[in-house]
Amino acid sequence: MSQKFRYKNYLLWFAQEHVDFRVAEMDSIFGMFNIKYNSIVKNKIHPFWVVQLDSEDDARKIASRSILLRYVIELWAFSTDLSCLNLQLQTEEVELVSTHMSSTFKIIVETFGKHFTQKEKIDKIENFKYLPYKGTVSLKDPDKILYYIEYYGLDANNVPEKPENVFFGRWITDGQRNLMKELSLKQRKFIGNTSMDPQLSVIMVNQTKAKEGDIILDPFVGTGSVLISAAKFGAYTLGADIDYQTLHARTRPSRITQKVREKDESVAANMKQYGIQDRYLDVIVSDFTKSAWRSCFQIDAIVTDPPYGIRESVEKIGTSKDSVSISEEQADSHIPSKVDYALPHLFKDLLNFAAEHLKMDGRVVFWFPIFRKTFTSEQLPVHPCLELVANSEQVLSSHSSRLLLTYEKTKEVESDDPPCVIGEDNFRDLFFNEREEKRKVRRARKCEERARMKREWEKRVMASVSSGDSAS
Amino acid sequence: MKLLTHNMLSSKSLKGVVVGYPLKIEAYDVKVTEVEFNPEFIAKVIPKIDYSVLIRAAEYLGHVGKLPGHVPENVEKNTDFLKEVHHALLEVEVVKGDLVCPESGRRFPITDGIPNMLLNEDEV
Ligand SMILES: C[S@@+](CC[C@H](N)C(=O)[O-])C[C@H]1O[C@@H](n2cnc3c(N)ncnc32)[C@H](O)[C@@H]1O
Repeated sequence: MSQKFRYKNYLLWFAQEHVDFRVAEMDSIFGMFNIKYNSIVKNKIHPFWVVQLDSEDDARKIASRSILLRYVIELWAFSTDLSCLNLQLQTEEVELVSTHMSSTFKIIVETFGKHFTQKEKIDKIENFKYLPYKGTVSLKDPDKILYYIEYYGLDANNVPEKPENVFFGRWITDGQRNLMKELSLKQRKFIGNTSMDPQLSVIMVNQTKAKEGDIILDPFVGTGSVLISAAKFGAYTLGADIDYQTLHARTRPSRITQKVREKDESVAANMKQYGIQDRYLDVIVSDFTKSAWRSCFQIDAIVTDPPYGIRESVEKIGTSKDSVSISEEQADSHIPSKVDYALPHLFKDLLNFAAEHLKMDGRVVFWFPIFRKTFTSEQLPVHPCLELVANSEQVLSSHSSRLLLTYEKTKEVESDDPPCVIGEDNFRDLFFNEREEKRKVRRARKCEERARMKREWEKRVMASVSSGDSAS
Repeated sequence: MKLLTHNMLSSKSLKGVVVGYPLKIEAYDVKVTEVEFNPEFIAKVIPKIDYSVLIRAAEYLGHVGKLPGHVPENVEKNTDFLKEVHHALLEVEVVKGDLVCPESGRRFPITDGIPNMLLNEDEV
């Protein structure tokens, strides 16, 4: 008997959102805490995973980081069939059930993929009358929350009569979905046009495996939205950005309701807003291509949303004019002119920087834009010291996506390493071409429409003229 | 700018500059803010910093406190020492001032606590 309960089954219930990030996030979190698990169901798109864990503590650790996870439930029984589930609960799991059923409790019925009325749900609870309850039902403040879940599949056009899976168990804890509200950009003091939404920021940070006490850097920090998630999880945060105006919050406000920025907007002020200022180190104004970090500075994790040149410009300091000199008085306030920074160079620079500065096994996590029609994995950067460990796609439009790439450092830089290689950059060209194409098509359609209206109008005028009825 | 950050910054990207480290600090406004003491973090960070650079910077800002000239043995257990380092690394902040390149004398202004490490076109 005791042997049987060594590895308990847990149900991980995921939100059906950013599904392509689920496996990557879980792998990172399991790795971060070194959690050993046996998985029974770990299906990419299935919102319910059954995993065997050593302890409830492991389940809590997973939930302490995952933003894609809704709940963790200690599974008492699961099956493809309700009568089997009943049988399990009545015979095999009696011990487990009775230890938990002496206090106040409530049973919640959840169905996925099919709607039921409250009345129908209560009827479903009736089925569990056979459970050896010793405690009393308390709907307001129960000691134990029990879940009965029916899963009807993901195909909304083809909902089966009976559930595909049924689960019964005890709620253990929630995932971190509350952070979406807690860190909402709507209430954040300092935001910009490209502030990253909290859910994706948390996913990015989880991909880095950054833990309490790690140092994490965002070299394209902007308003610091990614670092906020990192600091929330206890990492010490550093940022850099080429744009002086951004870091000093002197750009035009991003909120339509706001005419001028408040005087004290800053990344530091955001950290304070969330009570995580102790984990804020600094932000510096710096061009990524002219690194201001000393070579031997070792960083635990690098996370960033680099500029793609679509909503913000991709720039570096430089000039195509020769020998420009800046006068003394100019020098203080002078904002250097910037030249275009081609995307493949940016990603090569980023990986080379990561290889130089990351600790061994440290990770660099960043978004990589792709043009969906022509993308092949050969376009992804390859670096001798870094291994691609995860790649999740967020579809942005019919023709473009961005991939969240996670690379892990596998060896130190050596002088005879082959160079970092990356497929030809044509993302921006393709992106803008496609947009231009679409605009052209739209324009042509509008033109046609106008021509048609005109013809019809002319026809009508002609008709009315010929019938001699020229009213108005 | 905290002294931990200062410890990691250099002006090596300036044309003609070889090491660009450590940057000299000239401070016009220094602030001390209390930061939660995290001994594990400080112990982990000590081997990664240039301790003598930290000492000199803290000395210049008048916050060297009881910091010894060298890192003692067994820092993990030396809470007093860790606290001193914690204070110097994380609690002392330059709000306004300049970082000065040791080789070229080029100044990098610090405004509202944010160092501006940008270089001009003719410096790269
Ligand atoms: C997509 S935004 C990042 C937004 C950020 N995640 C936030 O929360 O606001 C990219 C940032 O990169 C900066 N940037 C562009 N070129 C740069 C360069 N060469 N070095 C450093 N930063 C640069 C831009 O100023 C912009 O703030």
